[in-house]
Amino acid sequence: MIPVSHVLSLSAILFTIGVTGVIIRRNAIVVFMCIELMLNAVNLGFIGFAYGMQSMVGVMFVFFVLIVAAAEAVIGLSIILAIFRNKGTLNIDELNLLRW
Amino acid sequence: MELIFFYVFAVLAVGAALSVLLFRSPVYCALALVGTLGFLAAIFILLNQEFLAAIQILIYAGAIMVLFLFVIMLLNLRSDRPFAVQWSLPKIVGAGVSIGILAQMIMVFISPDARIGPQDVYSPERIADEGAMEIIGGMLFTDFVLPFEVISVLLMVAVIGVVILAKRRGHDPAGDGE
Repeated sequence: MIPVSHVLSLSAILFTIGVTGVIIRRNAIVVFMCIELMLNAVNLGFIGFAYGMQSMVGVMFVFFVLIVAAAEAVIGLSIILAIFRNKGTLNIDELNLLRW
Repeated sequence: MELIFFYVFAVLAVGAALSVLLFRSPVYCALALVGTLGFLAAIFILLNQEFLAAIQILIYAGAIMVLFLFVIMLLNLRSDRPFAVQWSLPKIVGAGVSIGILAQMIMVFISPDARIGPQDVYSPERIADEGAMEIIGGMLFTDFVLPFEVISVLLMVAVIGVVILAKRRGHDPAGDGE
């Protein structure tokens, strides 16, 4: 029996790595990968809870998170392609069109 | 034994995640992320969710990461400049915020007040007996039928959105698309 708190701690560590990546990386695609990493950390948390509580509801949530992640990846990558086509860069410091 | 494997895969997953953070080339980052997803799938198996492990490998590592690699290839990116060079105030604040998030989450998760005992009826024996896919399928069409329908609409919106976003503006006589 794996302690649930250890699974959740691993999930927290992975989520924090993802947050840090979103903050410090400058390449839009790598930022996007870090978002995927955060989604996966949340999935691990859900599965940890499902394991500890002997429930299947967490598994259903992971299922839906996976589908949303797939849709989000497709949309996000096509936005990145469109930005690159128009601006010629993916450095998020130079993409300040929406900055006030 | 189970616990040893869990720690091994946990360390490997954290190491691969850190290399997503630290590699300079986006392709290496993508490959490190594939590794992280694989180790997480192994942890899913240790937590009795073989079906989700298979889905994780198929959808995430198989489909989404291939899409990432295709986009990286299409864009022909140069390697990132060394990041984290100038420690401006927002970055220091961001690092502090992420460390704070980590500390708070771990404190909540390891506190003895957290009541994460068995609260539902799906014990590992019952899941092994009935089969995880049967249970998931049953729940998908009974308790979760509204989210299921919403998800189908979401997927259609995503497909239409991608077609509109990826379409070239104006007429393209060569018709090579992209």
